[in-house]
Amino acid sequence: MKKLLGILSLFLLVFVITALQNPKFIEPYSMETLQVKIGLFGILGIGAALVIMTGGIDLSIGSIVGLTGTLVTFLLQEKGFSPGSAILLAIALSSFLGLAHGLLITKLKLQPFVVTLCGLLIYRGAGRWIAGTRSLGFGEHLEGLTKIISTEIPFPIPIFGKSYDIPSSFLILLALTAVFSLFLHGTIYGRYLQAIGRNEQAAKYSGIRTDRMKILAYVLCSTLASLGGVLLAIDANSVQAASFGNFYELYAIAAAVLGGFALTGGEGLIVGVLLGTAVLRLLFKASNFLGISDDLEFALVGIVLLIGAVVDEVAKRAVTKLRRRREVDT
Amino acid sequence: MTSSLLEARAVTKRFPGVVALNNVSLSVAEGEVLALIGENGAGKSTLMKILAGIQQPDEGEIGWRGDATSIRSVQDAMKLGIALIHQELNLADNLNIGANIFLGREPRRFGWIDRAKIRQESTTVLARVGLDFSPDVSVSRLSIGQRQLVEIAKALSMNARVIIMDEPTSSLSSREAERLFEVVEDLRNQGVAIIYISHRLGEVKRLADRVLVFRDGENSGELSRDEVTHERMVELMVGRDISSHFSRQSHSPGDTVLKVTGLTTQAFPSEKVSFSISAGEIVGIAGLVGAGRTEMLRVLFGIDPKVAGSVEVAGKITSFTHPKEAIEAGLALVPEDRKAEGIILNWPVDFNSSLPGLDQKVKGRCFINFHDEKSTAENVIQELNVKTPSRHQILEFLSGGNQQKVVLGKWLELGPKVLLLDEPTRGIDIGAKEEIYQLMDRSAKDGMAVLFVSSEMEEILGVSDRVLVMHEGAIRGELSKNELSEESVMQLATGQSLSESSTLSSESAVS
Repeated sequence: MKKLLGILSLFLLVFVITALQNPKFIEPYSMETLQVKIGLFGILGIGAALVIMTGGIDLSIGSIVGLTGTLVTFLLQEKGFSPGSAILLAIALSSFLGLAHGLLITKLKLQPFVVTLCGLLIYRGAGRWIAGTRSLGFGEHLEGLTKIISTEIPFPIPIFGKSYDIPSSFLILLALTAVFSLFLHGTIYGRYLQAIGRNEQAAKYSGIRTDRMKILAYVLCSTLASLGGVLLAIDANSVQAASFGNFYELYAIAAAVLGGFALTGGEGLIVGVLLGTAVLRLLFKASNFLGISDDLEFALVGIVLLIGAVVDEVAKRAVTKLRRRREVDT
Repeated sequence: MTSSLLEARAVTKRFPGVVALNNVSLSVAEGEVLALIGENGAGKSTLMKILAGIQQPDEGEIGWRGDATSIRSVQDAMKLGIALIHQELNLADNLNIGANIFLGREPRRFGWIDRAKIRQESTTVLARVGLDFSPDVSVSRLSIGQRQLVEIAKALSMNARVIIMDEPTSSLSSREAERLFEVVEDLRNQGVAIIYISHRLGEVKRLADRVLVFRDGENSGELSRDEVTHERMVELMVGRDISSHFSRQSHSPGDTVLKVTGLTTQAFPSEKVSFSISAGEIVGIAGLVGAGRTEMLRVLFGIDPKVAGSVEVAGKITSFTHPKEAIEAGLALVPEDRKAEGIILNWPVDFNSSLPGLDQKVKGRCFINFHDEKSTAENVIQELNVKTPSRHQILEFLSGGNQQKVVLGKWLELGPKVLLLDEPTRGIDIGAKEEIYQLMDRSAKDGMAVLFVSSEMEEILGVSDRVLVMHEGAIRGELSKNELSEESVMQLATGQSLSESSTLSSESAVS
């Protein structure tokens, strides 16, 4: 919980500084695009968080996004599929790929890093093989599909005399955050995932089907990546198989870690992923508004993340020390 | 007796809450094989660690060629020529034999590793242990026995004058062991002093010039070569008053709950284990470390697959492929390694106590019943007297005994038919031990069949209604309450049959 407050204050700090430096930042249009981006990337982050909870990692998220975007637009444009069936097919394929990851990791005992790194390469290659160098979009279907992510729901109260809207993509993320918070913290399966991340051996000795639970995590991760991929493709309306979704696994992992998920597993709240994604997207946006050159964008984000990690670790040690001292006293 | 090379004089070593060594002495001369025997926890390993410079004594001194010296580090011990060969071998699999022998002290020529010198010197020491391999062969291609010989060669290459071997034959085949004995005898003839720790009295009898016996961290006796007999050794290893307060009323057993027939584990593929246990009975499984007891429990609980045999629980033939199935059939296991297998250390008491039963008390189809989780945890804390500030306390901050009570409690909440426990009181204090025994007793009275593995003699003698003794993967004998004595258990545990005075009665003593 303290970690969440920390990350929330980081968000507010960057937000206020940017707003003071450049008032255009808090114009309704600017705020809306920020929310759209948080919504889309947050979905990927939740998937990554579920896998990280088990102590695993999924490096294939970006390539799943790319493959999904490529496949959906390709099936629509070149094979005459309806939007619904193209999207369902791509998501189903991704779930199946997640299942394959899970099986390789649990039954063949391959390293998650290796399995999903191979996935990263294979799915990127498959997308390029399908679509080549073409740039694909949604054509006449775009208008209908855009409604999914950017239908605007007016925020009831005007702020500083301006009326703000909440785009539907952000609401989708809020809904998914609620659903997966309930899953991770309210169901026995969520508890099992946490147990596996803390001590897989002890979880197994307590009768938990650890393999099945880990497979479930990888399936959910790939499915969410694919769902995010569909929405990101609609948002971009221009999918190039070679580059669409590049790096997105790292954004997803960074959002989860920033939001309090430990890479060693067993620790983290889904709300944290929402906040982590928000900070990440805010940093990218803020660097534009603060006039920081595009070339420095990545460096800036990296530095802020690093500072976050250092502060967190130092704070953790201080707390442990304090606790030890209290143990000795009593 | 020839003058001693290495001596420990009146050494005492304390660890928090326990005196590991109390005023013990040892000496070994050049060209002598000194066997050191004693039960698990008698202090053998601690003294060896002190002689090898890994630990420092609190009191007493070390003598080298008659003069007092101090061994402050492994380097000091090496300089004197003392080498300890651990039970678990410490060779790097990915390197060849020569590189392992000279690991960390590679001879150099112009800054480069002098491979020619390594090869030449390795060949010499390999010949001394009778190992007919080129130094260029990778260690990964060697058998366990051959690796053991490489370790000895490594010790020789450091000009070791004293070689300490800690249970060197525990994972060797009988042919490999035979080879090792020849090497030990050769080394003795070359004037090397050898301290030989073993549980296997047969090989001690064969090799030792002198036998030193430890018991509970103290010297309990010494036997010269012609005094060494199995009976004398066992007598010195045990022969102590058994504290009476563990003893308990025998229960009248009910129906057979667990019946094991011809069970074979992967660890001992040529041995079959058969036994049965009834409701209300507490059966102890005695034996030395490595006798195959833990492996058997792991197979029973569905962690490892069985090789052959059948397991019946409450009259139903079962075959578990996962602990979940064992739990559903009414089994529970308190595992040997509490922190790795029993508990989730950085989880609170309530999460830990509810974990195995979480799916039986769900709300809706899959939602955690938090109300029930709370009452489960409060029950465990109250019933088992877990000393914790609250059910939210992280287990890491509880004592070992209280952690173990949480493990036991989470199973008792499920009301199992068979309670399996592996070293249930390892690493916990006396008070908590007593409580664990009482809980085992209560569980039996409540109609559970309790089966526990223990290497602590008091526990085996005091808590069990009946004892099965295992040795090298097989049950060597079964002792009823009135046949039970330290001597009879130790004799069976070291692979002998019972001497005439106490007869072996059971037909289930398969070998």
